[in-house]
Amino acid sequence: MESKTCFHCGDDCGNHPITFQDKSFCCNGCKTVFEIFNENDLTCYYDLQNSPGAIPKEIEGKFDFLSQENIIEKLTEFRADSVEIATLYIPHIHCSSCIWILENLNKLNPNISDSQVNFGKKTVRVTYNSDATDLKSVVLLLSSIGYEPYISLDDFNSGKKHINRALIYKLGVAAFGFGNIMFLSFPEYFEVNEFWLEQYKPFFRWLMFAMSLPIVFYSAQDYFISAYKGLKAKILNIDVPIALGVSVLFIRSTIEIMFDIGSGFFDSLAGLIFFLLVGKFFQQKTYDFLSFERDYKSYFPIAITKIDKEGNENSIQVYDIEKGDRILIRNEELIPVDGILINGKAKIDYSFVTGESQTVSKQSGDKLFAGGKQTNGVIEMEALKSVEQSYLTQLWSNDVFNKNKEDGFTNITNTISKHFTIAILTVAFIATTFWLFVDSSKAMNVFTAVLIIACPCAIALSAPFTFGNLLRIFGKQKFYIKNASVIEQLAQINTVIFDKTGTITSNKNSNAEYDGELLSDSEHIVLKNSLRGSNHPLSRTLYTILKENNIITLDAFEEHIGKGIEAKHESVNMKIGSASFVGNPNESTVLNTTVHVSSNNVYKGKFTFYNSYRKGVSKLFNQLKRHFDLVILSGDNEGELENLKKLLPAKTKLIFNQKPEDKLEFIKYHQSEGAKVLMIGDGLNDAGALAQSDVGIAISEDVNVFSPACDAILDASKFKQLYNYILASKSAIKIIKWSFVVSFFYNIIGLYFATTGQLEPVVAAILMPLSSISIVVFTTVATNLLGKRLE
Amino acid sequence: MSVIYILLSVSVVIGVAFFVIFIMAVKSGQYDDDYTPSVRMLFEDELIKEQTNTSKQTKTD
Repeated sequence: MESKTCFHCGDDCGNHPITFQDKSFCCNGCKTVFEIFNENDLTCYYDLQNSPGAIPKEIEGKFDFLSQENIIEKLTEFRADSVEIATLYIPHIHCSSCIWILENLNKLNPNISDSQVNFGKKTVRVTYNSDATDLKSVVLLLSSIGYEPYISLDDFNSGKKHINRALIYKLGVAAFGFGNIMFLSFPEYFEVNEFWLEQYKPFFRWLMFAMSLPIVFYSAQDYFISAYKGLKAKILNIDVPIALGVSVLFIRSTIEIMFDIGSGFFDSLAGLIFFLLVGKFFQQKTYDFLSFERDYKSYFPIAITKIDKEGNENSIQVYDIEKGDRILIRNEELIPVDGILINGKAKIDYSFVTGESQTVSKQSGDKLFAGGKQTNGVIEMEALKSVEQSYLTQLWSNDVFNKNKEDGFTNITNTISKHFTIAILTVAFIATTFWLFVDSSKAMNVFTAVLIIACPCAIALSAPFTFGNLLRIFGKQKFYIKNASVIEQLAQINTVIFDKTGTITSNKNSNAEYDGELLSDSEHIVLKNSLRGSNHPLSRTLYTILKENNIITLDAFEEHIGKGIEAKHESVNMKIGSASFVGNPNESTVLNTTVHVSSNNVYKGKFTFYNSYRKGVSKLFNQLKRHFDLVILSGDNEGELENLKKLLPAKTKLIFNQKPEDKLEFIKYHQSEGAKVLMIGDGLNDAGALAQSDVGIAISEDVNVFSPACDAILDASKFKQLYNYILASKSAIKIIKWSFVVSFFYNIIGLYFATTGQLEPVVAAILMPLSSISIVVFTTVATNLLGKRLE
Repeated sequence: MSVIYILLSVSVVIGVAFFVIFIMAVKSGQYDDDYTPSVRMLFEDELIKEQTNTSKQTKTD
């Protein structure tokens, strides 16, 4: 049978596509979205991009909390009279069609006056008339066309976000001053001693002075502040010599023009600060669409349905849940607090927490933990704790989450700066002492000249440009790094710790092995066809693993929720499901997930599921084992021990049954013994370990959706490249060391001019930008070559 | 007053004017999102096409 892809979402339509207007759709949801667009002349949506849509999800009752006044208040950024503005995060935004349809929302609801997409941040800012419509209907409209906004507890706390544009302003001021001062200083460089120029010299000079004021006191203020802080903490960071150089440049230049000694170094001063700020700006590569700071709040819903004593359902904020409250969890909703299941069949997907995708069945009276997602109809539960005291959320009260990893880490620039500053001061004092004896009038001149020319602009630029460029290269390769210091830390690690489930195993497919009596052909067909009708995750997995069979119509099919499936076709009567349901007399406790099968009430056998490991795991471990200590730290039981032993190099440590706190403590202990730890994990249960480690990398099948707080996010498809990324970080450190050599070379030339008392403003004006530019060129070319090798 | 003062003040005023425009542009937030506008400007065509379509329909009615 020819398989077609859905016109709306691009998924495989399977064997029974829904046809509408000669187009095939995979489900009614997709067809409905098409109908909506078709009626409103919005089919351009499909012209811009092939199958851009998403299947609209069942959302009944999910957004009821949006009618609450206090929640609307928190989510809207502007409310007045009849106008409301809200910015909604929509993970599905991924192509130009998305932008187009979302910016034409007013065709679907005329009360929406304006909607603007920010593609980078994946948000849409909607302005609507709150008299005629409300936030809830806007969200429902978005959901109905497949763009379900993601509203989490995070939105509730963050309030109005403030964008910090200070660096751009500072850069603007410096650029303006640099350009103008250069023009004003040119005449003196080229036309010396001309009559009319002589006459206006003071005017030119004071104009330059005026322009340098905002540069020194506004653009460069961060360097002074940082140098002051460094000195206070008794650290000679790179900003100390910079601040020293800048103040000497400014003071000497001002004195020179005051007493008409010379033209000053205002152009070098402006250029220096401009280049430094460009470097800072370049390093500031941010990924708007990613968040490295997520905690449980980004996963949790903002409101939940509470059932009061009279049996009425109310939406309440998650923070208002108290011990003893009855709450209602709908299908696909997240459990926000620890509690006891009262009513309904719970099938909890703890994949956010553990990375394990297999669902867990719970009976009435069982304990439910926060962070699980209900996947099977409606359940009622009683809260045992409040949100912040739940088992999972308590992890975030650990101190590691308040620690800034960059503190206490001396980066390569500051390491060299310590020696550099001492060396320069020594040179300055020796040269001054020498000149005091030879020609004391020149001594002060030489002293300041040394400090000016040695201002380590080129050194300060090496790291920002190397790391900034490497961040971009990694980003293109789907390895998203939080900031430049992470690359430096990555180059230093000596221990690599992996989580198991979801990190080295893939969520998408698992393997199943059959163990028992062979099934006859007819039984096989019934098995495959009954699995086809079931939506249980295990059925879906098993269905995709089993061989293709004929499609038949079953005579009877019944799914017993939480137990299994019963299916009948001609003479075959099959039961598929848990051991007790199937009637397996001698069920021994096994560690792995199993599905049992019986035919005509005779027990046949079971399918045992094994983790399927990511491609290249074995190769990656073999590459890593030569240089690093390897550890697997798993929250699961030892069911996979034998498989892992076969797969991984012998020296890999395998540790099972680790709770989130255990993982954190394990890393802490190894760090205290001098290990530099790289932790690779995926679920919220790794959050503590990721925060504690020197570098925490979260692995993610879909980088846009979920990943716990970390230093870097790695796309799962690039997992096997990890070793190369570490190597590239090491090479980046080498590049920086080489560019230090280059800048020392320029410094020696400069020091020659300075110590011999011949430093003219024009020499400084040529030498300083030249050294900066050659560093920029060198690091950029070298990192690009590195990037080429990565590909 | 020499011409040089006029020339210089003109050049500085122009420089300051551009600088102020730059600051205003940053303030208005137009550098916050540097991708979406590049896509958005290409949509103008689709919208016009649609308008002409609808106007044609009204004519035939």
